[in-house]
Amino acid sequence: MKYVALVYYQESIINAMSEQEWHDLNQECVAGVERLTNQGHFLAGQALQPTDTATTVQVRDDEMLITDGPFAETKEQLAGFYMLDARDLNEALQLASRIPPARFGSIEVRAVRELPPRD
Amino acid sequence: MDAIERIYQEQSRRVLATLIRLLGDFVLAEEAMQEAFTAALHQWPGEGVPDNPAAWLIRIGQRRGIDQIRRKQTARQHAHLLEQPDDTQETLDEQSIEDDQLRLLFTCCHPSLSPDARIALTLREMCGLTTEQVARALLQKPATLAQRIVRAKRKIRQDRIPYEVPEARALPERLPGVLRVIYLVFNEGYSRSDGEVIVDVSLSAEAIRLAESLVGQLPEGEVFGLLSLMLLQDSRRYARQDEHGDLVTLDEQNRTLWDGDNIRSGLVWLEQALARTPAGPYTLQASIAATHAQAGVAEDTDWARIVRLYEALYRQQPSPVIALNRAVATAMRDTPADGLRLLDELASEKAIHTYHFFHAARADLYRRNGNVEQARSAYERALALSAQGPEQRFLQRRLDELTGQS
Repeated sequence: MKYVALVYYQESIINAMSEQEWHDLNQECVAGVERLTNQGHFLAGQALQPTDTATTVQVRDDEMLITDGPFAETKEQLAGFYMLDARDLNEALQLASRIPPARFGSIEVRAVRELPPRD
Repeated sequence: MDAIERIYQEQSRRVLATLIRLLGDFVLAEEAMQEAFTAALHQWPGEGVPDNPAAWLIRIGQRRGIDQIRRKQTARQHAHLLEQPDDTQETLDEQSIEDDQLRLLFTCCHPSLSPDARIALTLREMCGLTTEQVARALLQKPATLAQRIVRAKRKIRQDRIPYEVPEARALPERLPGVLRVIYLVFNEGYSRSDGEVIVDVSLSAEAIRLAESLVGQLPEGEVFGLLSLMLLQDSRRYARQDEHGDLVTLDEQNRTLWDGDNIRSGLVWLEQALARTPAGPYTLQASIAATHAQAGVAEDTDWARIVRLYEALYRQQPSPVIALNRAVATAMRDTPADGLRLLDELASEKAIHTYHFFHAARADLYRRNGNVEQARSAYERALALSAQGPEQRFLQRRLDELTGQS
C-alpha cells in the first residue's frame, strides 16, 4: 500500500533554530531517508521551501487567479512530504513517527487513492 | 523474486513471533523482520534460497534488531539482549518457532488488554491481516483501529506483559480467554456475512485457521471442541440466508446446502474433544451442533439429546441465554406450551427482557400454540429490540404472516 506522509510544523520554530540545530535536523532527515530507502519503504519525497515562497493558483470562470502565499493560513505549515510503501496503516504510522519533525510538528498520514482507469 | 514473496506469505508471521521473543519488542521485531526480508531480496537471488529460510530470516532479523538497539543507544534498557546475541542457533529448531506462535497468541489475548484490542491484535499479528482489512471486517475506521493497536502494543511494553505460554497449571485459567477471542473473531465473521456488507476477508475462516493451528500445539479438549463447533456452524453458511440475504431458520434450511466436508471434519474433531473428559462448554455446544448436522431432515432432530446437552451446558454456565435455548429445545421435544412455561420462569431475569431472541422465541412458541394475539405482541417487542437488517426483515415477515391469518 502507498501512503503519503505530509510533514507540518510551525516555521517559527525552525526560524528560531541555531545554524547547528538546523544542520543537525537536516542531517537526521537525510539519514532517515537513506534508511527508508534501504528498507524499501521510500518511494518519493521532498522538503519544501518555506511558505513565504508559496504561490497559489485558482481558475474561476476561465480566469486564472494568482495569490501570493499559501492557500490557507494554518497554525502549522506544510514543510515536505514522503511517499511511503508500507504493509498497512500501522506500519505507515510507525515509519512516519520516525520522521524527525514528528517531535515538534505533525505528520499527517494518508493512504493514496488510485484514480479510476481512463474511460 | 517469487520465492521470497511466497516465503513472506508463508513464514512472515512465524519469523515475527520468534523475533518478538528474541528482541522483546513488537515494533522493533517488525522492523527487524522487514530488514531481514530486504536482505533476502539482495542476497538470495545470487546465493540461492537457504535450506531453512525461516531460521535464516530470524538470524538476520535478530542481528539487525540488535544493531538498531545499538544505534539508538538504548542499550541500557536492552542490555540483556546485547550480551547474548548468538544464542539463537540452539533455540531455532522447528519446535521453538512453533512455540513462539503460541506465545504470541497468548500475548495478543492477554486478559489485561481490552477485548477489542485482543481481537484487533490477534487478527493483525497472528492472522497477518492489514490494519485496513481488520477495520473493514469490524466496521471501524482504520485510524480508530490503528490507534487501538498502537495502544495495545504500548501496554504490552509498559506493563511488561509476559511473552510466554502459561505453565500447565495456569493453562486452565488462561486458555478459555484465548478460545474466547478466537470464537469472537469467528462470530464477527458469522454475523457480518449478512449480504449487506462486502468484506474481502472471512473472519470465520481466519478463526477456523487459528484453531486448526492451535490443536496441533495445544491438544486440549476445548480446543478440539471449539474447532468442531466453528466448523459445524460454518457448514450452514450457504443455507442460513436466502438469495435476498434474508434469514432462514434451522428448521427451514435446505440441508443439501450444508457443507458436507465441514460437517465431516467437525464430527472428527468432536470425537477428539469428547475423548478428553470432562466435556467443556465448547464441546457441549459442538455436540448440539453435531446433533443438528446429523439430522437429514428437521423432523429427525434428536431433541431429547439436545435438551440433555443444554442442561449439561446450563450446569456449567447458568446463563439466561442458555436457559432460553433449553426452553426452545424442550418445546420441540414436548409441546410449545412446555417451552412457554420455561420461558415464563425465565422472565424473572431482568436482563432477558432487552434480548430480542427472548421475545422472538416466545412469539414463535405462541404462534405454534395458536395464540395469535400474544404472538403478535411478542414479535413486535422483538422487532423493536433487534437492530440487524436480515433479523428485522425475518421478524417482520413472521408478523405479516400472522396478520394474514387473523
